[in-house]
Amino acid sequence: MTALSLRGVTRRYGERTALAAVTLTLPAGQTLAVLGPNGAGKSTLLRVLATLLAPHAGKLEVLGHPLPQESWAVRGKIGLLGHEPMLYRELTARENLRLHAKLHGVRLERVGELLALVALERRADEPLRTLSRGLVQRVAVCRTLLHEPELLLLDEPRANLDPAACEIVEPLIGRASGKTRVLVSHDPARALLEADLVLGLARGRTAFLDAPAQLDPQGVAELYR
Amino acid sequence: MSTPRTSSVVRALLEAQLRLELRTFESLPAMWLFSVTAFVLFHFGLNEDSLSGNLASGVLWVTLLLAAILVINRLYLADAEQGGFDGFLLSPADRGSLLIAKVLTLLFYLAAVELVAVPAFALLLLEPSLGQALPGLLGVLALGDLGIAVIGALVGALAIRTQSRDLLGPMLSLPLLVPVLLCVAGATAPLFDPAHAGAIPLRLLVTLALYDAVFGLIAFALFDFLLED
Amino acid sequence: MYGKGLRSLSVITVASVALTLAAVFFWAPNDAYLGFLQKIFYVHVPLAIVTLGGFVAAGLMAIAHLRTRDPRWDMRSYVAIHLSLIFGIGVLITGSIWARGAWGHWWVWNEPTLVSFLLVMLLYATYQPLRFAIEDPERQARYASVFAITAGAFVPINFLIVRLAPAYVHPRTLDNISGNLPGRMQVVFYLAMISTTLLWITLWKFEMTAKHVAAQLRQLRRLLGDEDDDAPTRRSAAPSLTHAGSAG
Repeated sequence: MTALSLRGVTRRYGERTALAAVTLTLPAGQTLAVLGPNGAGKSTLLRVLATLLAPHAGKLEVLGHPLPQESWAVRGKIGLLGHEPMLYRELTARENLRLHAKLHGVRLERVGELLALVALERRADEPLRTLSRGLVQRVAVCRTLLHEPELLLLDEPRANLDPAACEIVEPLIGRASGKTRVLVSHDPARALLEADLVLGLARGRTAFLDAPAQLDPQGVAELYR
Repeated sequence: MSTPRTSSVVRALLEAQLRLELRTFESLPAMWLFSVTAFVLFHFGLNEDSLSGNLASGVLWVTLLLAAILVINRLYLADAEQGGFDGFLLSPADRGSLLIAKVLTLLFYLAAVELVAVPAFALLLLEPSLGQALPGLLGVLALGDLGIAVIGALVGALAIRTQSRDLLGPMLSLPLLVPVLLCVAGATAPLFDPAHAGAIPLRLLVTLALYDAVFGLIAFALFDFLLED
Repeated sequence: MYGKGLRSLSVITVASVALTLAAVFFWAPNDAYLGFLQKIFYVHVPLAIVTLGGFVAAGLMAIAHLRTRDPRWDMRSYVAIHLSLIFGIGVLITGSIWARGAWGHWWVWNEPTLVSFLLVMLLYATYQPLRFAIEDPERQARYASVFAITAGAFVPINFLIVRLAPAYVHPRTLDNISGNLPGRMQVVFYLAMISTTLLWITLWKFEMTAKHVAAQLRQLRRLLGDEDDDAPTRRSAAPSLTHAGSAG
């Protein structure tokens, strides 16, 4: 089954093109790594896939649903882990997750289960603003996974995590999770290890699209030039 | 996974909103203090020790309206700054449930402010006793609050993601609230009249109810367009 | 494409405005009470009606914009509001002159139409600041349309409510507009209505044409490579026709 199918997907901000005619397909269960310098369009791509931005041109199908026509059908099946945790700082981890569980129509027991999985039970009842960024990121991982999404959209998921925390979330959002993933990363070496397909973006245009084996260190350097 | 029921989504959103306020107390004490201070200002500005009729009604409602503006400006602040909008948009929940939750949140704020402001007004400025006006006043307050809440929830969403939201919020909402003020002030004036208390012009209340309903529909129809990016 | 028929429309408009002015000054009788001053009525009332009509039309254009996502509808709505704001200032000035002549005050609160008009103008005065405060042109257009629809609905409702207010249940100072005018006055009034409407439409088409030509010029320049594709665009309250729907 094809998880992602993009044909000429374009998104503009005013007169600036953030994403220019991106075309690719990703089979279910595989990982797409998106590389490129800041402003290359990586986050825009994620937001388009997450139904938060509608493409201006091109055809886009996520999990078999055309976007933006069937955004509603896609929303319950994707998990977006972005720069922002999308959590209220004054609420506790548990309160935040219970809110999202209700937004998604998920049973509330799942909140406790997930908090246990990321080893956060002990601090689940403190306001988020008192937690370190690494711990907040773990809560955000829980938020992303609450509704058991089929497709994970990850924007530098390990940014604030120490090695121990990385190990904890690895089975949840890493390759081992078995889910289809789109992984935006500033750490190309790491991303290449995880990816089945690599998309290199430069000013919104596709600079590279192939298996990771085809990208040598010089090619990587080229992408970030 | 099915679409969650709107009623449970609204309840969850409202619960989160109230929890946020009760935990931080960012808005309510400011609104209480503001309304009492406004009464003091009116006392000195008008150089009157006690008010009745039109003047009393006007002072009370202008104060409540301006106190409402304080919270309309902040209604979506946490959502805009902490990613609450995106979190909500990523869920399959119905968009309208956020609007309903915001209207209810505003209603809660207004009721909480009035709980302090109305007795304070009676104590500081009102000439006739509050007791005889109270039953009628409660009805006018309910309809007036609904109008303020509906318009506030729409305009708050319109202003929040602009660069000058602190200015745009009041500039957009005050003209839209003038008809509300006109109706509630007109309906409250006879209640505050020491001579013949009790007779509310019903026509004004019906008009106000219609105004609330029309803007409720407009807000409901347009809210989705404010959430998209 | 907005330029089509603009020349003949302009000629008709100029002719009808001239005809109206001539009729106002030389043919319409002087009013029994107000005398010559009453003639400002032929400017003030049609101007007010056309202004409000323009605001409502802008709301309908905004509905079309939200439905089709075509930025041209946003442009149409923007130009309509822009023009009606200018006309509206004329209404407030002529209304003020009239009030001064008829009742001796530059402003009267007991005239519901005048008061409602002020409220409408206060609301629409925030339209440009609202646009200017949103950088992303697409969101700017969308929010502007939400505003235009809300405000467009506010226009008639507001007039209704202000009229129902307790202060105005007593007999009105300025009653009825075209109902009980004597014959000639009525003819001149309708003439003025037509020419003011034509004036609004002509000016609207002129501005639309200008904006359209400017947009095309920009696009041509870009094709010629004069402008850098990624040049930061100037922040502006005016809609641009180059985003979204125009390509493709």
